[in-house]
Amino acid sequence: MTLNEICKPENLVYKKTSLLTDKVMHYCPGCGHGTIHRALMEVVDEMGLQDKTIGVAPVGCSVLAYDYMNVDMQEAAHGRAPALATAIKRLMPEKFVFTYQGDGDLAAIGTAETIHCCNRGEPILMVFVNNAIYGMTGGQMAPTTLEGMKTATSPYGRDVHKVGWPLRITEMIAPLNGVWSVSRHTVHTPAAVQKLKRAIKKGIEDSMAHKGTCFIEVCSSCNSGWKMNPVDANKWMAEHVLEYFVPGDIKVDGQMVR
Amino acid sequence: MEDLRLMKGNEAFAEAAIRAGCDGYFGYPITPQSEVMEYLMKEQPENRTGMVVLQAESEVSSINMVYAGAACGKRVMTSTSSPGYSLMQEGISYIAGAELPCLVLNVVRGGPGLGTIQPSQSDYFQATKGGGHGDYRLIVLAPSSVQEMADFVGLGFDLAFKYRNPVLMLADGVIGQTMEKVIMPPQRPRFTEEEIRKNTPWATVGKSIDREHNIVTSLDLQADSQERHVLHLQEKYNEIEANEVRCEQIKCEDAEYVLVAYGSSARICQKAVDLLRAKGIKVGLLRPITLWPFPTKEIQALVPHVKGFMSVEMSLGQMVEDVRLAVEGKVKVEFFGRCGGIVPAPEEVVHAVETKLL
Amino acid sequence: MAKFQGAIVVDREKCKGCGICASICPTKSIGMSKEVNGKGYHFAILVNEETCVGCASCGHICPDGVITVYRAKVE
Repeated sequence: MTLNEICKPENLVYKKTSLLTDKVMHYCPGCGHGTIHRALMEVVDEMGLQDKTIGVAPVGCSVLAYDYMNVDMQEAAHGRAPALATAIKRLMPEKFVFTYQGDGDLAAIGTAETIHCCNRGEPILMVFVNNAIYGMTGGQMAPTTLEGMKTATSPYGRDVHKVGWPLRITEMIAPLNGVWSVSRHTVHTPAAVQKLKRAIKKGIEDSMAHKGTCFIEVCSSCNSGWKMNPVDANKWMAEHVLEYFVPGDIKVDGQMVR
Repeated sequence: MEDLRLMKGNEAFAEAAIRAGCDGYFGYPITPQSEVMEYLMKEQPENRTGMVVLQAESEVSSINMVYAGAACGKRVMTSTSSPGYSLMQEGISYIAGAELPCLVLNVVRGGPGLGTIQPSQSDYFQATKGGGHGDYRLIVLAPSSVQEMADFVGLGFDLAFKYRNPVLMLADGVIGQTMEKVIMPPQRPRFTEEEIRKNTPWATVGKSIDREHNIVTSLDLQADSQERHVLHLQEKYNEIEANEVRCEQIKCEDAEYVLVAYGSSARICQKAVDLLRAKGIKVGLLRPITLWPFPTKEIQALVPHVKGFMSVEMSLGQMVEDVRLAVEGKVKVEFFGRCGGIVPAPEEVVHAVETKLL
Repeated sequence: MAKFQGAIVVDREKCKGCGICASICPTKSIGMSKEVNGKGYHFAILVNEETCVGCASCGHICPDGVITVYRAKVE
């Protein structure tokens, strides 16, 4: 068969969802944000929730997430996304509300908002993208930067005795009573993407059913910040980041499993 | 029949909010305005109108909840006092930048820093000249009675939605804590989702098939389009300055000297005017109701007929700068004020007029 | 057993040439072009039409959503 014979509409098996706009993403080549955006929007599309969805974008690399996700979106001040999502969900309890934040946004400047939103059990989906660095501002140390990891503001490697240990905020919020589900994922393999999509689907269903806060961390590489090529960055992530930030379920249906 | 009540200013504000069809209140306790949320929590407006009341973890959080609620086309509000208002500046700047309507009450207490819990008017600069970052303005309403604490809620929401701009009510501890008679406004319905989709088509209530996705943001990375946005804001502010100045003039018709005072100070000055007139000194009072836009033209209209103005404030002299800008050096402009939480007596104002202005 | 033949269509101008699709392709059917697109990236291409089975792994992982995948049954 020739390529032309194969590439017919009836043979289509995968195509970018229309819930991602056609804008070219500003992300660096190989950045996980694009994959995570698409996983999220694919599930919203599959569940037919475009007209019921309100998303909250953060400050950081994914500040322009609202340009790519074809749903109604609000842009939050740095760290405040959970406060925004709280109000949206309280005022319109029948909508699907999600936040999308990076590690600086969710685990440093917005720690208070994160913890209190989770503690109140706001029935929203929180997507937390952890790439262990501040990408947007040029590769500075993040709360999640690994011990010894070199960044623009830890040029000799993170000295945990001076600046503290990489923060596992996901494990911190998991025991809170308001939190319904917590899991950690990656997007560096196709299987991992499928797993993430299943978690997103469950998170949407459970948050829509007002079970509590559903929290998904996605470890992602930042090849520019880590100064590697995209493929090597994914390998480095699998070898180092995932050793400290271990993927898998942490809380399932209100029960701690780790 | 009138709905006449005896209430604290803070309570009147809260009750008026329910009646204004407010959809959500997000706040954090701080003296001297905590009665606002206490009243709402006790009243349980979710059972009356469906209004949401939430105690947030901080003022930072509450103002950002207001941002989000406003971005959904809802009537939302918060209240705080000076230190809390400082914490809200980031959020207010974002709200102004994203052109969202909302109502904020600042029941001012003395500063700087943690200062005091006593009444003050020392947040005038912060209220009228920005407070947060960037070129923006708030419409600032200054109630001087419990009645106005109630009346300005509906007015504030109307102005906020008319101009897609945050409205600040700048009261002080006296107005918040004093009990007075107040006639409560009738109940207004809350917006339905249909009304929101129709009247505020920019609101993020879920993308329908017939429109593009809505984005509420204050970000524009392109310098030329950000400049266009700021110039658009400026045009809006010009329109507000042209149309929304509100002030009250008391005994200014034959006045040789005019006191300029707002809020509690205006109440004190009203008594001082009477005391001075009893002494044969023709004094009037101009009370700005909108601190921004400031009644510049109204002051300028008085300039040819008066010998001098005195700005009376519970601060070390903030509004007096706007009075001087309006008067343009044509007649004398003096200042009298107390600070740190001291409320001046009418006799002190009389003495200041006699020693500084005459 | 039915055999499948796959094919991918890459939006060449939007591809940023990160190479992640090529690195995870289970049949090593994807490579990077020698030529560059308008932005100077070596975009992804199907280098082995015979081996692609249309599994869509590349489509699912592509950070920029530029890969469309087709699959047809062959006798």
